[in-house]
Amino acid sequence: MLNYLKKVELILLLLLIFLSVFLSYTTDSFLTLQNLFDILNNQAVSIIFAVGLVVVLMAGGIDISFSIVASVVQYIVVTIMILIGGGNWFLGICLAIIIGVSLGFFNALLICKFRIVSIVATIGTFNLFFGLLMYFTKGHSIYNIPDWLYEPIPIIDVASGNSNAILYLPIIVAVFLVLITWFFLTRIGFGRIIIGFGSDLEAARRSGVNVFLVQFFVYGWLGLCAGIGGLMQSHIVREVVPNALYGRELDILSAVVLGGAVLGGGRGTVWGAVLGVMLLAVVQNGLNLLGITPFAFKLIVGLIFLVAISAVNIHRFLPLKVVNTRED
Amino acid sequence: MNEKNIAISAKSITKHFGDFTALYNVDFELRTGEIHCLAGENGCGKSTLIKIINGVYQPDPGAKFSFEGKLEKKQILPSDAKRLGIHVIWQDLALFPDLTVAENIIFDHYVAKPFKLINNKKACSDAQIVINQLGIFLDPRSRVGDLSIAKRQLVAICRVIHAKARIVFMDEPTASLTKKETENLLAIVRTLSSQGISVVFVSHRLGEVLDICERVTILRDGKSVGTFPTQGMTQKKLTSLMTGLDIELTKRNNSNFGPTVLELKNLSRIGEFEGISFSLRKGEILGLTGLLGSGRTEIAHAIFGMTKATSGEIKIDGEAVNFKSNVDAIAKGIAYVSEDRLRLGLDQMQSINMNSAVTVIGKLSKPAFFLHPAAIRALCTDWIKLLKIKVSNPALPVSSLSGGNQQRVVLAKWLATKPKIIILDSPTVGVDVGAKVGIFDIVRKLSDEGMAIILISDEASEIYHNTDSFLVLKSGRISFSMKTSEVNEEKIEGIINA
Ligand SMILES: Nc1ncnc2c1ncn2[C@@H]1O[C@H](COP(=O)(O)OP(=O)(O)OP(=O)(O)O)[C@@H](O)[C@H]1O
Ligand SMILES: [Mg+2]
Repeated sequence: MLNYLKKVELILLLLLIFLSVFLSYTTDSFLTLQNLFDILNNQAVSIIFAVGLVVVLMAGGIDISFSIVASVVQYIVVTIMILIGGGNWFLGICLAIIIGVSLGFFNALLICKFRIVSIVATIGTFNLFFGLLMYFTKGHSIYNIPDWLYEPIPIIDVASGNSNAILYLPIIVAVFLVLITWFFLTRIGFGRIIIGFGSDLEAARRSGVNVFLVQFFVYGWLGLCAGIGGLMQSHIVREVVPNALYGRELDILSAVVLGGAVLGGGRGTVWGAVLGVMLLAVVQNGLNLLGITPFAFKLIVGLIFLVAISAVNIHRFLPLKVVNTRED
Repeated sequence: MNEKNIAISAKSITKHFGDFTALYNVDFELRTGEIHCLAGENGCGKSTLIKIINGVYQPDPGAKFSFEGKLEKKQILPSDAKRLGIHVIWQDLALFPDLTVAENIIFDHYVAKPFKLINNKKACSDAQIVINQLGIFLDPRSRVGDLSIAKRQLVAICRVIHAKARIVFMDEPTASLTKKETENLLAIVRTLSSQGISVVFVSHRLGEVLDICERVTILRDGKSVGTFPTQGMTQKKLTSLMTGLDIELTKRNNSNFGPTVLELKNLSRIGEFEGISFSLRKGEILGLTGLLGSGRTEIAHAIFGMTKATSGEIKIDGEAVNFKSNVDAIAKGIAYVSEDRLRLGLDQMQSINMNSAVTVIGKLSKPAFFLHPAAIRALCTDWIKLLKIKVSNPALPVSSLSGGNQQRVVLAKWLATKPKIIILDSPTVGVDVGAKVGIFDIVRKLSDEGMAIILISDEASEIYHNTDSFLVLKSGRISFSMKTSEVNEEKIEGIINA
C-alpha cells in the first residue's frame, strides 16, 4: 500500500535475517528446530496482543490497559470454569472473548462518550482493572487450572535430534488472528476507513464515517485479542498469576511501534507488528544463547527502538532536501 | 429566468450563535452550471451560509429552500445535501494524508460498502477516469500527505466529482495557491461549470472573483447587499459594496532609515537557494517575492534559525550569528509569521486571549510564572482594536473565529513580542480588502517606529504599495533587486510572473 511501510517491513525483515544468520554461526543451538519452535511458542501471546494493538494505533488511539484486561480475563474465566465443574475450550474461549470485548468497549466508552484522550483513559482503566483484580484475588494465584487448559495441545510434532520439536495451539491461534486482522485491515473497505479515521478524524467524520462504530470496533478488537491472549498465556504457563502480564504492555507497544505504527494514527501494518515482536524475541533469544546477562535485554531493546525510530525520521535532520515536494 | 435553471434557492436565512447574529434574512440563488461568488469581509457570514446550505448548521426558523424549482424545505440535513449532490470543498480540504490519491477519491465507496473486497486496480482506474475528466495530472498511487497543497486541492475536487456532485461549494480554495496554481484551478472550475455543475466560489482576491464568476452575492455583517452580475463590475465598486466604504490604496511614503540591522552574505543552502545577499535597515520594509518554490520561505526559515545555511553568513547588527534554532533567533529579536498560520500558528482550542499573549506570557507574568489574566486581557483588547479583529468574546476559543480573523490573531501574537526584525510570510492570505489595508497600516506604523520588516508576498500590488525595495527570486537565486520607487505595479507583476 504505502512505500514507507513496505520500507519499514523490509528493513525489519532484513535485520531479522541478518541477526538469525549471525546467531546461527555464533551459537550451536540457535538454528535448531527446537529453538525456533520455542521462540514461536513463547511469542504467540505477544503476537496476539500486537495485532490487536496495531489496529488501535492505526485508528489514532492508544491503549495500555490490554495486558491487565488479559489478566482479568484469565482470572475470571478460570474461576468460572472451576465453579461450573471444569468447562471446556469452547466455553473458555467464548467467555474470554465476551469479557475482553466488554472491557475494550468500556475503554471506547470513556474515549468517545466522555471525550477522554485515549492514553489518559487507558492509564485510568489500567489502574482500575489492576486494582480490582488485586483486591479481589488478594494477589493469590490459581494453580489447579482445569485439565483442558492444563494439557498442552501439540499441533506440529517433528523429531529433532534426540527429542521432539513441538508447536502448540497458541501459535496457531496467533496465526489465525494475524490473518483475520490482516484481512480486514487491507482487503476490505473497512480497513481503509480505519486508516482514514486515524489519519484525520475530522475528515472521516465529514465523510460520514460513524466515529463511535470505529472506536468501539478497534478497542473491542484489542479487547478480544487481549482476552484470547490472556487465556493462551495461562494455557502456556499452566497457572494464573494476577500480575504475570503487568508490564507487558510497554514491550508490545515498543514492538508495534518498531513495526512502523505511529502514535497519532494512519500508519502501521499487521506484518510490521509481527516482525517487530519477532525481532525483539530473536534479540532476547540470542542474548540467552550467547550467555549475555538478561539485564542487557531492556537496554538493547531501548537502543534498537531509538535507533529505528530515528532512522525512519532521519530525513528531517539531513541538510539536503533532495526531493522538492512542491511543483507546479 | 426559467425555474428549472435554478439549482438552489434559499430564502430568508437567519442564523444566531447565542446573541450573535451571523446571518440575517439572507437570500441566495444559484443557477445550474453557473459560477457564483460569495464575497464579503472576514466574518460577514460566508462560511456560515455555506454550512447552512450543506446541513452542517441548521438555520433559525423561517428559512425556505427549494431545488430546481421544487422540493420545498425548511432546512437541509446532511443526508439531503448528499442526496441532492451538494458538496463542499472545505478550506482545510478534509482529506486523508495517509491514504493514496485514489483511496481518497473513492473513499465514499468504502463508507457506503465497508465489507466489500478492495480492488486497488479498480480504485486507481476509477480515480483516473475522474482525473482525466478534469484534464489534470495526478498519480492515483501517490500518498496524499506527500502532495503540495495545490495538488491536494485537486484531489478534493476529484473526490466531489467522483461522488457525482451537482453543486460544489469552494471556501477560499485559492488562499494558499500561487498565481500559476490559481490559474490552473480556475480553469478546472470552468471545466466543471461547462459540464453543468454549479460552483459557488469564495475568495478574497477580487481580481479572481471578477475573472471567473458570472454573478456575485455580497454579504456585509451578516446581511445580503445583493446579487450582481460581474459584467461591468470593478474591483473598486466591489470593495465599496463589501465594506460600505471607499478604500483607496496608498503608496508607502518611506521615512529615513537607521543603520543596517540584518545582512545576508552569499547565503546558500543546497537544493533550496544560492548566493543570497541583501541588507535590511532599521525602519525599512523589504519585499521578497517570486513564485512559490522560488525559495522565499526557505530563506525566511534560514534567517529565523529553523534551518541551517550550508554556506554564507547572516549578520545581525553587524555581528555574524549562528543560530542553533529559532529560540536563538527570537532572543535576537527576530519574529517570523509563517505561511501556514492556521495549522502552525494557533492553538485552536485555547481562547483568543491566550493565543494572542502566548509569545509574551513570560513578560506579562508578574511575579514570575504566575499568569496575569488582567494584563493578558488588556493586551488582547488592544490588539483586537488595532487589527479590527471581529470577535464576540475574546474568551472564546480561536476556532470560533472566521478564517480571516484567525489570521489576525496570529499576527497579533507575533507583533506583541515587539521584535526588531519581523518576517511576514504572506500575511494577508485569506484576509479581506479592508483588513489588508488595516494590516499594512500597522506594518507601516511599526516600520516608522523603527522595526525592520521583510514582507514575503506574491501580490504585486502589496509589494508595490508597501515596500521600500524588493527582491525577486527565481529558482533559489535573486533575479531582480530594485527600489520600489523606480518601478510601477504592472512592471512588478510582469517580473514576478516572467
Ligand atoms: N460556531 C460558532 N460559534 C460562535 N460564533 C460563530 C461560530 N461560527 C461562526 N461564528 C461567527 O459568525 C461570524 C461569521 O463567520 P463566518 O465563518 O461565516 O465568516 P466568513 O464570512 O466565512 O469569514 P472569513 O472570510 O474570515 O472566512 C463570525 O463573526 C464568527 O465569529
Ligand atoms: Mg470563511
